[in-house]
Amino acid sequence: MSKFKKKKKGLPAISTASLPDIVFMLLFFFMVSTTMRETDLLIKKPALPVASEVKKLELKSLVSTIYIGKSKDTRISGDKIQVNDKIVEVKDIPSFIFSERALRKEDEVKFMTTSIKADKEASVGTILDIKEQLRDINALKISFSTAKGNDLSINYK
Amino acid sequence: MARRENAEINAGSMADIAFLLLIFFLVTTTMDVDSGIARKLPEKTDVQSDVIVKEKNVLDIVVNRNNQLLVENEYVKVTDVKRLAMKFIDNGGGLGTPIDDKPGEPCDYCGGERDPNSSDHPTKAIISLQSDRGTSYGMYISIQNEIEAAYNELRNQLSKKLYGRSYDELLGDYKDNPSKSLQEKIDNLKDKYPQIITEPEPIK
Repeated sequence: MSKFKKKKKGLPAISTASLPDIVFMLLFFFMVSTTMRETDLLIKKPALPVASEVKKLELKSLVSTIYIGKSKDTRISGDKIQVNDKIVEVKDIPSFIFSERALRKEDEVKFMTTSIKADKEASVGTILDIKEQLRDINALKISFSTAKGNDLSINYK
Repeated sequence: MARRENAEINAGSMADIAFLLLIFFLVTTTMDVDSGIARKLPEKTDVQSDVIVKEKNVLDIVVNRNNQLLVENEYVKVTDVKRLAMKFIDNGGGLGTPIDDKPGEPCDYCGGERDPNSSDHPTKAIISLQSDRGTSYGMYISIQNEIEAAYNELRNQLSKKLYGRSYDELLGDYKDNPSKSLQEKIDNLKDKYPQIITEPEPIK
């Protein structure tokens, strides 16, 4: 009869043995989907315009990004341009692209894309100046970074 | 047998370690995919070639610093640009560009009105976007987007007619399975409706 008296009283503790497995699974997911944050923005985070005909940027490692936006200090007007970790002038753009090219293999250079992340309040003049600089040094593939959406009216209020 | 050999390693802290790593990656993660409107800039050449382009083959879009829009000297809204651009590109009122000494042929795939006062052929139709230095970037992108949309829709229509699938679907297929025949189809559509956009010097 002693066999039957062994029954435990109360609820058994929930096994946490599989907890590490679950956590590891999450961990791997985030490891795979992670891209490290490369630059800290020195300018105000650009509010990207919305567009419906967007293409995804392929080959992330070959993308060099130019940020254009307002200064964090609200007293300073005009557009500020940031590349890597510093604020630069339009005329410094070519040297930035050259330094980006130097980091890549020679045969990859022609696939390099310049992504322009500009605030929707920025003026087209700045963008056109940058485009002109990029043309000068034959960095012809560009992408105007936008958010995806169908309501374009928020772009020009 | 009093002492157990190889005492088991305590795995209780494994979860803690994994959590720590997990939180690190959570914090450093940015999930946003970079997407945007792709454009190819024209190459700079020293040689100035004088190409004579007929006025009717150019769709003039002008935008001023108050974000007001003129298309062919008429005041329009941004939402009209796509329709006007499509009408202009797809007009097909004349002969196409001559290739290899062969004379140009009329557009046999256009669905336009064939108005002799509008563009001759999609391969000749040029869209000119002149902006002011003070135009806001959001407006500029909106117009670029509308032009892109016009080309995409025309390519979609033609693709449906020729291959029974839209241009977007073909591009998607090509991404999953890049084959030669798909490449040819896509190139053909691009040749039929090439994107010719010019951006003259901004208004000062």
